[in-house]
Amino acid sequence: MASPAIPAGRTPLKLTAKDFKSDQEVRWCPGCGDYAILAAVQQFMPELGIPRENIVFVSGIGCSSRFPYYMNTYGMHSIHGRAPAIATGLSSSRPDLSVWVVTGDGDALSIGGNHLIHALRRNVNVKILLFNNRIYGLTKGQYSPTSEIGKITKSTPAGSADSPFNPLSLALGAEASFVARTIDSDRKHLQSVLRAAAEHHGSAFVEIYQNCNIFNDGAFELLKDASSRDDHLIRLEQGQPITFGADGRYSVVHPEGSFGLQVREGGEAIVHDATVDDPAYAFALSRLSGSDLSTTPIGVFRNVPRPTYDEIVQKQLLDARAQATGTPDEMLSGLLNTGDTWTIL
Amino acid sequence: MAEVDAPEKRVEQLERVVIRFAGDSGDGMQLTGDRFTSEAAQLGNDISTLPNFPAEIRAPAGTLPGVSSFQVHFADYDILTPGDAPNVLVAMNPAALKANLADLPAGADIIVNTDEFTRRNLAKVGYAASPLEDDSLAGYAVHPVALTSMTVAALADTGVAKKDAERAKNMFALGLLSWMYSRPYESTLRFLEQKFAKRPELVAANTAAFRAGWNFGETTEDFAVRYEVKPARMRPGTYRNITGNAALALGVVAAGVRSGLPVFLGAYPITPASDVLHELSKHKRFGITTMQAEDEIAAVGAALGASYGGALGVTTTSGPGVALKSETISLAVALELPLVVIDVQRAGPSTGMPTKTEQADLNLALYGRHGEAPVAVIAPRSPSDCFHAAIEAARIALTYRTPVILLSDNYVANGSEPWLLPDVTELPDLHVPFADAPNGEDGRFLPYLRDPQTLARPWAVPGTPGLEHRIGGLEKADKTGDISYDPANHDFMVRIRAERIAAIPVPDIEVEDPDDNARVLVLGWGSTYGPIGAACRALRQRSLPIAQAHLRHLNPMPANLGAVLAAYDKVVIPEMNLGQLAREIRARYLIDAIPFNQVSGLPFTAATLENMLEDVVKNG
Repeated sequence: MASPAIPAGRTPLKLTAKDFKSDQEVRWCPGCGDYAILAAVQQFMPELGIPRENIVFVSGIGCSSRFPYYMNTYGMHSIHGRAPAIATGLSSSRPDLSVWVVTGDGDALSIGGNHLIHALRRNVNVKILLFNNRIYGLTKGQYSPTSEIGKITKSTPAGSADSPFNPLSLALGAEASFVARTIDSDRKHLQSVLRAAAEHHGSAFVEIYQNCNIFNDGAFELLKDASSRDDHLIRLEQGQPITFGADGRYSVVHPEGSFGLQVREGGEAIVHDATVDDPAYAFALSRLSGSDLSTTPIGVFRNVPRPTYDEIVQKQLLDARAQATGTPDEMLSGLLNTGDTWTIL
Repeated sequence: MAEVDAPEKRVEQLERVVIRFAGDSGDGMQLTGDRFTSEAAQLGNDISTLPNFPAEIRAPAGTLPGVSSFQVHFADYDILTPGDAPNVLVAMNPAALKANLADLPAGADIIVNTDEFTRRNLAKVGYAASPLEDDSLAGYAVHPVALTSMTVAALADTGVAKKDAERAKNMFALGLLSWMYSRPYESTLRFLEQKFAKRPELVAANTAAFRAGWNFGETTEDFAVRYEVKPARMRPGTYRNITGNAALALGVVAAGVRSGLPVFLGAYPITPASDVLHELSKHKRFGITTMQAEDEIAAVGAALGASYGGALGVTTTSGPGVALKSETISLAVALELPLVVIDVQRAGPSTGMPTKTEQADLNLALYGRHGEAPVAVIAPRSPSDCFHAAIEAARIALTYRTPVILLSDNYVANGSEPWLLPDVTELPDLHVPFADAPNGEDGRFLPYLRDPQTLARPWAVPGTPGLEHRIGGLEKADKTGDISYDPANHDFMVRIRAERIAAIPVPDIEVEDPDDNARVLVLGWGSTYGPIGAACRALRQRSLPIAQAHLRHLNPMPANLGAVLAAYDKVVIPEMNLGQLAREIRARYLIDAIPFNQVSGLPFTAATLENMLEDVVKNG
């Protein structure tokens, strides 16, 4: 990870997953996908080599947003949808910290949609983990902005009337410099995506398909069940042709004259490159998956360098300070005495 | 200024003058007024100003809604308000005359730009005939001046385009008024050189227009008298003229310097608070970060995030923005972190009248949150007082780890007055320690273990080893900060959050009653200080005793306030709302306070308050 670095004079830390477990009792429903994500994150964190005191988890409201209580780092469980805004103030004023935002599909895409897109647009150096279970869990089962159209829930007995967001398409439209997707149940893949996100300098947006076994059980079963997943799950590997299915019989191709990508049986598979500068490529990848999940890529869609908000803000401060002379009190006195002044004896 | 063969003019001494410059939004009246003010300040007069402009950036030219004005009051003694009524109106067009005529007392001087009194412009504002040609202005001293054409003629040799020449007519007017009132003009010439540094031809044009106006005054027969207003006796020291918004920004800079903390301002542009953002964005060398956020909610959220990280988090806005920030302010109440929320009030509700003043956010500041969520509330009384109020807001926020709402308003924000510059080293020391070691048994860190003196919890910023902890909006157990649904704990925490704000020590309120014989007390808060003070002085000059007290701290209130109020037969509370402080005083102290309310978008005039108070003093 480009920043923060290990403070000078400190030996690399030998932390374990246990060091990242707080003393708080975890209170998600038994069987919730959040447990798997928490365990994966706690196991992954020592890899970063960052002292626990320099890591901050900020969350909003919802089941996923309880996450900071369970991490033995600094943490703030804030208010609904606002975590990216709070994290922006923290990260841009404290570039020495590693700031993570944990959010859900309602928190990030409904009540907090505005803050999410602007954090991504600014390229604030925060890692945003969006747990997408396509349902409102903490309020007990209303449809969410990622629920499929026609979803029958407590608040939509006749079926929901609104089309869902594609979170990755949204993030890419907001100029996100790092966009990825993974699945709660695949710890190895989840950790590989976290690793790439942590190494990215700037906003990293990670959608994690997460099962809510109480209100939307089996939402992603097509991608998890051994009998179906190979024909629907597309694993993106940097530098590798994008194929899937038994013996790689399906390919992701770019038909001549088409704006987008398509899945074909056979055909010349395109080679995956997340570093393509033109976001149209990652966007086309993101459009392969619809509500029915029939062809769903996971992995890193986009990973491009772009100046971060934090860097620009800090550079402006440093440049201004470099030109200043005198003690702070002297500088203040000079500022107050600016302009047309007059003296009465 | 120029060597001209001028008739000898009589010079008359005046104690005070109120001038109002009025014209189209694009006529440069704010600039003209601002320059005149600076000249008066240079001369050593006491001054007070009141700009009045439409919310539209360029309303249709020549219409009544497009009129922009700037009033300046200058005197040879200390004054408290921009003046009730102008002695002189400079009207750049028929709309400016019509919009302001009703405010003029009989006999007032009116200088009109006759070039703009065309049939078309007269018709735009409903004048059937020119008021300059009938007897409708008979009660005034009208000075018709062809401002535009004389300016164009004066600039004929400078080579500037006719459009630019016409635009310099405000400098002609300024030159004329500067001559009339014997103002020193060096600072204006210097100002023009700086303002148009990249366009020397405009420096020349505006300077020439200014001189032409001055010389016109000196030579024309129409102005027989020249006036002087001697310097006021003011406390020794160095002064500058300052608006409330500028003073607020400088106060925030000072708070950063005196606390040794970086300042983080999150703001979303909103009238009339945006100038604080503009000003603070220039001062990065002081370690001040300004973020123009995507909305009001993000602005306060980012400020709170920065506070959590160890900065002084500040957000600036007006009433509608405070409403949007409400949820985050409640979070800050629960997190017990420092946060300064500056509300430059404007006329509401909703968009209301964004460029007009009001004090109707007091209830919002005191109570506009969900749950029991008390915060400290303070209000500056004048433009220069905004500087000290900002420092006081930061002091309370940092010392007591609480949101503080500072209630300014459009009147003090855009008004100006001379400011006696403080000695920086005598400003309060705002340093507060961060927590650096565990405070519990067995090396545990207890984020909600309170300081017994301040009842503040430790400010443990990320990056501090051994103090890793989690905070949040869920109710916390006393001391440990763990999530708690325990009924007794919640009851305790709600009460301690109330107690810790109520226990913040604030200075006693002072009463001004020079003869110590008043039976009526007038109590105010915020920007009404000037007009109330002027009204009280006028009454005392007429041997009508009255006492004045003014609240700076609206929550908590001064400990002696109840006793002060109880000592008078009558307590009158004038406010630019429908009685929000009066209701608060009645509820807290069981005092039968008499509310006096005006919600016109304009500040009280001293005369309005004088009449009202006279009635109370005489008739009880």
